[in-house]
Amino acid sequence: MSWSEMQPLLSDACLDTLFMVLWSTVWTVVVGLPLGVLLVLTGRGGLLQNVLVNKVIGAVVNIGRSIPFIILMVVLIPFTRFVVGTSIGPSAAVVALAVGGIPFFARLVETAVREVDHGLIEAVQSMGGGTWTLVLKVLLPQALPSIVAGLTTTVIALIGYSAIAGAIGAGGLGNLAIVYGYQRFETGLMVVTVIVLIVIVTLVQLIGDLVARRLAPRGTSRAQTPVRIRLPWSARTAQEATIAKP
Amino acid sequence: MITTTDLTKVYRSRGREVTALDGVDLHVREGEVYGVVGRSGAGKSTLIRCVNLLERPSSGTVTVAGQDLTALAGRGQRANAALRQARSRIGMVFQHFNLLSSRTVRDNIELPLEILGVSGKERTRKALELLDLVGLSAQAKAYPAQLSGGQKQRVGIARALAGDPKVLLSDEATSALDPETTRSILQLLRDLNRQLGLTVLLITHEMDVVKTICDSAALMKGGRVVESGTVSELLATPGSELAAELFPVGGEPSGPDRTVVDVTFHGEAATQPVISQLSRTYNIDISILGAAMDTVAGKQVGRMRIELPGRFEENVVPIGFLREQGLQVEVAAVADAVDSDGLQEAAGLAKDGAQ
Repeated sequence: MSWSEMQPLLSDACLDTLFMVLWSTVWTVVVGLPLGVLLVLTGRGGLLQNVLVNKVIGAVVNIGRSIPFIILMVVLIPFTRFVVGTSIGPSAAVVALAVGGIPFFARLVETAVREVDHGLIEAVQSMGGGTWTLVLKVLLPQALPSIVAGLTTTVIALIGYSAIAGAIGAGGLGNLAIVYGYQRFETGLMVVTVIVLIVIVTLVQLIGDLVARRLAPRGTSRAQTPVRIRLPWSARTAQEATIAKP
Repeated sequence: MITTTDLTKVYRSRGREVTALDGVDLHVREGEVYGVVGRSGAGKSTLIRCVNLLERPSSGTVTVAGQDLTALAGRGQRANAALRQARSRIGMVFQHFNLLSSRTVRDNIELPLEILGVSGKERTRKALELLDLVGLSAQAKAYPAQLSGGQKQRVGIARALAGDPKVLLSDEATSALDPETTRSILQLLRDLNRQLGLTVLLITHEMDVVKTICDSAALMKGGRVVESGTVSELLATPGSELAAELFPVGGEPSGPDRTVVDVTFHGEAATQPVISQLSRTYNIDISILGAAMDTVAGKQVGRMRIELPGRFEENVVPIGFLREQGLQVEVAAVADAVDSDGLQEAAGLAKDGAQ
């Protein structure tokens, strides 16, 4: 298969993948972020301590996380059909990706928010701050760098999931690699697809690290460490890049 | 200004009960600096957190500026609007400063004003004014991580003052600072106390803090206040543990047949050179075994342990002389003294005499 033949297939697949990842990320953040915060607030010693709510959310999140993604997609088919009217194509995949991404991200948000120093909560309570003030002005801003790092991990996981989704008819780069690369023995196309995925993942990680670094509190040692550019094919390059940017 | 009545706090976990506060009555007058001292685990931290109800007391009442906070808070565990409103009028500073690392110094000070719903322009004006007050105008745009410990605590104090509080609670505010910075922070608290008429309740384990700025003090042990009063009242109390801790004196008698006497100086008498007068009047040699003196507001305050030759019976007259000078005199019961029976008897006699 020549490049001119591959090119339209690749660009279509790229757009599909980006569509799936973008929308599933949006839903993951919209639902996962409040869920993660709620897990902390309702937890033991939390501001809205509520054992029942905490246990229920925790159980749902754990179930969501323990089902293998490919099974989750199949299980969700009736739900997906109900929401978007079809069970194949990128739109249908967004539903499954979001359902897979939400519990993943919620746990990462929970960890990030739990790390916020309890002293800060106490200080703002002593000023007369309520729960909303604490969430919006203390917990989220203080946890933001960690949340962004968690989001980067989540987006990369979603890119991986979207490739799996491609295997059962969602379109995108995964679909391209399976249908053309594997089933039609187009090894060249398969290699190109994998390279495109590596580039996307690397870019996402790079942007995520940059943003997290920008958000880190200024003047701390964390902000002074240089961005580590992790290039998958060369450990040495990564080290050199680190040294080059002191 | 701050009154707690029969305050108790019991923590329950897995069937075990820990009593952190066991019937604490505290009375802090308006405009004074009140220090609560005690070892770790004595309940100081719990006490100060109960004053603005960061910890809900198990029973008892807390009144701040005439407002019964315990009644205001109701029964719910979450802070209601009335309690939050009351809290915004009570400033609090912390041992570890508790500044938001994501905000600049100015934005940290603006935070309580945001909570109070003050408009943007007014917030900035007030924050800059407060920064000026604590001497940090140049650092308005810095982040907390770029400041030294003392500077961070100044920001903490400025933030605590943003809501124009009448009362400032200080939770070990100087315990994470070096001695020199501690002095400058204490000086700042003293100035604010005088300039703004701010009532300060502080907890500390450093006796120096009490000595430096407190008008009154209380000693906590095992969740109870065992001694309290103004610093001079405490000094005037025979056998006061707090006075002894504030001005610790030690020293063993140099031989048998000596009388060891603890003399406490406070008030007018402290300005007289009594020891040399005593020596000259009775022609006796006095050795000083230990002394802890300090000049507070231009007057000498402190305690001294002196040794007089001869047994107690032989020294009744010189000791009487010291008492006449308005000094408080206690005959120390020194353990392992050769004639310990006699000394204890003497100590008993001296206490009777004091009463």
